[in-house]
Amino acid sequence: MDLVEGVRQGNRLALARMLTQVENDTPLGREGLNRLFPFTGKAHLIGITGSPGTGKSSLACRLAKAFRALPEQPKVAIIAIDPTSPFSGGALLGDRVRMRDLSGDGGVFIRSMASRGALGGLARTTSSVAQVLDSAGYGLIFIETVGAGQSEVDIARLAHTVLVVEAPGLGDDIQAIKAGILEIADILVVNKADLAGADQTMRVLRSMIDLGYPSRLLRGCNPRAEDAHGVMVEEALPPWEPPVLQTVSASGQGVDEVVHAIQQHRDYLLQSNQWRQRDADRLQNGLDVLLQATLVARLRASLPTQAYEQILNQMSDRQLSPFEAVAHLMELSSVVQKK
Amino acid sequence: MQQSIRVLIAKPGLDGHDRGAKVVARALRDAGMEVIYTGLRQTPEMIAEAALQEDVDVVGLSILSGAHLVLVPRVMELLRANGQDNMHVIVGGIIPDEDVAVLKEAGVAEVYGPGSSTEKMVTDIRAAILGEPVA
Repeated sequence: MDLVEGVRQGNRLALARMLTQVENDTPLGREGLNRLFPFTGKAHLIGITGSPGTGKSSLACRLAKAFRALPEQPKVAIIAIDPTSPFSGGALLGDRVRMRDLSGDGGVFIRSMASRGALGGLARTTSSVAQVLDSAGYGLIFIETVGAGQSEVDIARLAHTVLVVEAPGLGDDIQAIKAGILEIADILVVNKADLAGADQTMRVLRSMIDLGYPSRLLRGCNPRAEDAHGVMVEEALPPWEPPVLQTVSASGQGVDEVVHAIQQHRDYLLQSNQWRQRDADRLQNGLDVLLQATLVARLRASLPTQAYEQILNQMSDRQLSPFEAVAHLMELSSVVQKK
Repeated sequence: MQQSIRVLIAKPGLDGHDRGAKVVARALRDAGMEVIYTGLRQTPEMIAEAALQEDVDVVGLSILSGAHLVLVPRVMELLRANGQDNMHVIVGGIIPDEDVAVLKEAGVAEVYGPGSSTEKMVTDIRAAILGEPVA
């Protein structure tokens, strides 16, 4: 069976096997991605991030179910990433435990991924895995990050819409104004809202949003503006202001509001042309990463045997600084054009 | 290129004892495998679906309820129906000796009863999936 044909025809076994090839970055996976790439760019990629134990998996399950219940019944995929042990290289991927309600629905595809040493909450090949699912016709792709915490911002580069999930009692108002994870939120969700302290968490997050969007207090007073020639023009779309919503994943309370917010954000991205912009940013980021990896690999391959190790040893002996080491390696390489 | 043995650990049926499954999951993780754990009370259909989506190399079934002669052949049948004919399926739990042969007849690679060594389990899996010689 040709895997690419299978993926395009909706064969789930072919899709699963192609995802493995892509995840392992095999030649077959790369060739498959080359052929599938023209069919990508249609899916809405939705990131779900937040601290461990805030209920990301349960919320992803609820959201997937809610989207499947819509009249258009979009095909939904979930990529759930859990950490790889830095000691053994193994991983325990447990997100499916929270997603059992999705079982038996042929329009849902769940794939667990181990982070395999990458930091930032995603695995190195998560973007490629999402592309394969996109080309297979999954219109909504939820990407659930590892959930390590404050610096997990890679998802902002990958997803169109980022949900940051919080739970009551995890931090005070200083946590909320720190740079990092909250800054990347397009939608803020306070999950486990039936627990004590939920209202306090909502208040803190709302006041953080107020700090970040002072201009919203003026909005509505001047919906139309004059240009330099005094002609009335439509004001540009105001910036998206992240809504702060409450959910209880266990019961499903508040999930419809999150679905609605995701749809509104999608409309906003399309109207403001940011959909295209985010796509271009993502492609550029992917290109840069690939380019760097390829150049480093070619450079390493072009060096005389042992040169890299010898220079590393000289650095350990403090005979070469890192800058000098790089200059030496450039000098020794046959692929770098000499000045 | 980075590869890992992927294992699905599942508990079919209605018994609520998952200590053994967790011990095995943990041991395989520590042996460098990627273990997908699905939790309690799975139907054979749920297990086969997860094995398909995750494209695992190994399915481990933990059963303490006594229903293994019904559940295990059903899982095997569904795996085959999905095109995963060569799946390495292992079973753990309370399995009477006379049933071990029946399960192996149904296509199960190995049955691990109480007191089994997780090291042997790891060696067996690596031998079956990677073709490593058994020490």
